[in-house]
Amino acid sequence: MRGWTRRAAAAALLPMLATPAFAAEGVGQIDISQTNWTAIAMFVFFVLITLGITYWAAKRTRSASAFYTAGGQITGLQNGLAIAGDYMSAASFLGISSLVYNNGFDGLIYSIGFLVGWPIIMALMAERLRNLGRFTFADVVSYRLSSTPTRTLSACGTLVTVAFYLIAQMVGAGQLIKLLSGSLLDYWQAEVLVGILMILYVTFGGMLATTWVQIIKALMLLGGASFMALMVLIYFGFDLGALAAKAVEVHPKHDAIMSPGAFVADPVSTISLGIALMFGTAGLPHILMRFFTVSNQKEARKSVFWATSFIGYFYILTFIIGFGAITLVRTNPQYLDAKGGLLGGANMAAVWLAHAVGGNLLLGFISAVAFATILAVVSGLTLAGASAISHDIFASVISRGRVNEKVEMRASKVATVALGIVAIFLGIAFEKQNVAYMVGLAFAIAASANFPVLITSMYWKGLTTRGAVIGGFLGLVSAVVLTVLSKGIWVTVIGMPAAIFPYDNPALFSMPLAFLATWFFSITDSSVGGKQEADKFEAQYIRSMTGIGAEGASSH
Amino acid sequence: MATDTASRIRNNPYFVELEAKRGRFSWWLTAIMLVVYYGFILLVAFAKGFLGIKIYGVITLAFPIGIGVIACAIAITGIYVLRANGEFDALTARIIKGER
Repeated sequence: MRGWTRRAAAAALLPMLATPAFAAEGVGQIDISQTNWTAIAMFVFFVLITLGITYWAAKRTRSASAFYTAGGQITGLQNGLAIAGDYMSAASFLGISSLVYNNGFDGLIYSIGFLVGWPIIMALMAERLRNLGRFTFADVVSYRLSSTPTRTLSACGTLVTVAFYLIAQMVGAGQLIKLLSGSLLDYWQAEVLVGILMILYVTFGGMLATTWVQIIKALMLLGGASFMALMVLIYFGFDLGALAAKAVEVHPKHDAIMSPGAFVADPVSTISLGIALMFGTAGLPHILMRFFTVSNQKEARKSVFWATSFIGYFYILTFIIGFGAITLVRTNPQYLDAKGGLLGGANMAAVWLAHAVGGNLLLGFISAVAFATILAVVSGLTLAGASAISHDIFASVISRGRVNEKVEMRASKVATVALGIVAIFLGIAFEKQNVAYMVGLAFAIAASANFPVLITSMYWKGLTTRGAVIGGFLGLVSAVVLTVLSKGIWVTVIGMPAAIFPYDNPALFSMPLAFLATWFFSITDSSVGGKQEADKFEAQYIRSMTGIGAEGASSH
Repeated sequence: MATDTASRIRNNPYFVELEAKRGRFSWWLTAIMLVVYYGFILLVAFAKGFLGIKIYGVITLAFPIGIGVIACAIAITGIYVLRANGEFDALTARIIKGER
């Protein structure tokens, strides 16, 4: 009954919190959000370890292959953990647990959508990606299609997806660091700090450092989340019924949190979100790139299995954490502002739950994990974005393949620094947005711009450059335009009175449009080039099925 | 890859076997996942009442169904990796051996 006494004590403290002297200090100053030295110590420790790894990796990152893919020497289990690390972003951890905190069951709809893309990747894509690609997914798309237009398309798709995803991560990073460092760091300083660390990891350590940062962070996150979920279960005597009953009792929506509700109000938005999450996964450039870090298709498949298992387990944990937060955070005024919202912003449910079940020490650890998560994910995203710029745009499109490896690597480092700076500015510009929602948009764009082109290039002989480029760009443009016209940006950001596009997510329209256009402009393409591309399909198909001739597969 | 190599592999009986087995297996697993997931999404969109049926205290049918979708996703990847890393890779190895 420890928690109940603490709640009573906190309630007694409430009048003191409301005194004018306190209010004058601002929101960031409430007792437990003073500079959290435990969190800072743990975070500094993580940074030192990862910088050490970067130093170690830097000595091994001398070739383009090492920079982009860690030389193809990552094992299936390591890669599975790293993929899980890439995927279990701060948006998943903080965003979904907060969705559960606010909407109950609806949060699970998001989690499930995030997971179900993986079996599709496994059954249709993993081994073919490994057998056809080298550094970026554009390698696969341009395998038999004309290089310049398809690489330009893939690079644009990569950069737009990465930009939206980065915004979500950077905003989460800023909120968290500002909150937990107390008066130590402002939001913008937090953004700069994250940006600089990310630039260091990627420029010096390339994929090898990025992978190990991901692995360490994935283990920390799984460990921390497991511990929190366990503490919640212990609190309720391992009785999920009691946890749910308490949540229903204290949540203002009561019974409504136990079934699908208002968060996904209309069927079209629900289905559209489902499509975005499922197929977006198969179009995320930083995830696709991870398939080139393993040596062969066997390891590529193992990666997906491990990743799916870790991610599925993690989502079940976030669910317990979200319900735990309803019962232990929502009822405790210590964690709430005057209007009953969460201190420090809407995404802090898991962070405050850590304090509720494990005091300052666990709060410190979970905060450090959240920083680490953000750092690792932004590093992966930046590496994917930089690869698109240096390998696809600079080396292939602008220089037509006539640059040597050294120049290409230098270009990738310049691109990394530039992207890091852009990320800092985007993070500052989008300070007030909901994190989980931005990720949904990134997925919609990945599903509409990258996935259709990639899957048709691997499976459909009739695909021509014209079809791929027109289809891909239509998917990209329609996803972005519909997103801008929907409520999230048109009303909330721009401030217009009503949304022009009535649904929350564009994927239900933009993805089929991309496929339709890809199909139509391929079958009506009677050019000589189109015919030649179809003739090259057979060799590509055999390599994709067997790995004969694939990069890194020749050693066995 | 030279065209004659390609057509030789194309006619290799092991390749034909691999293509038929893996193709069917991949599409079956994909179809199962699509049906399970979109079945779930359609329930969320159109059958909220059904998902809201209480089965244990305040816990509704929505929960075991949702957790079931997660379990199904993990199971599909596990089943695929088991068969592909065994049976399919053995076939692939035979094809590659024939090319040496």
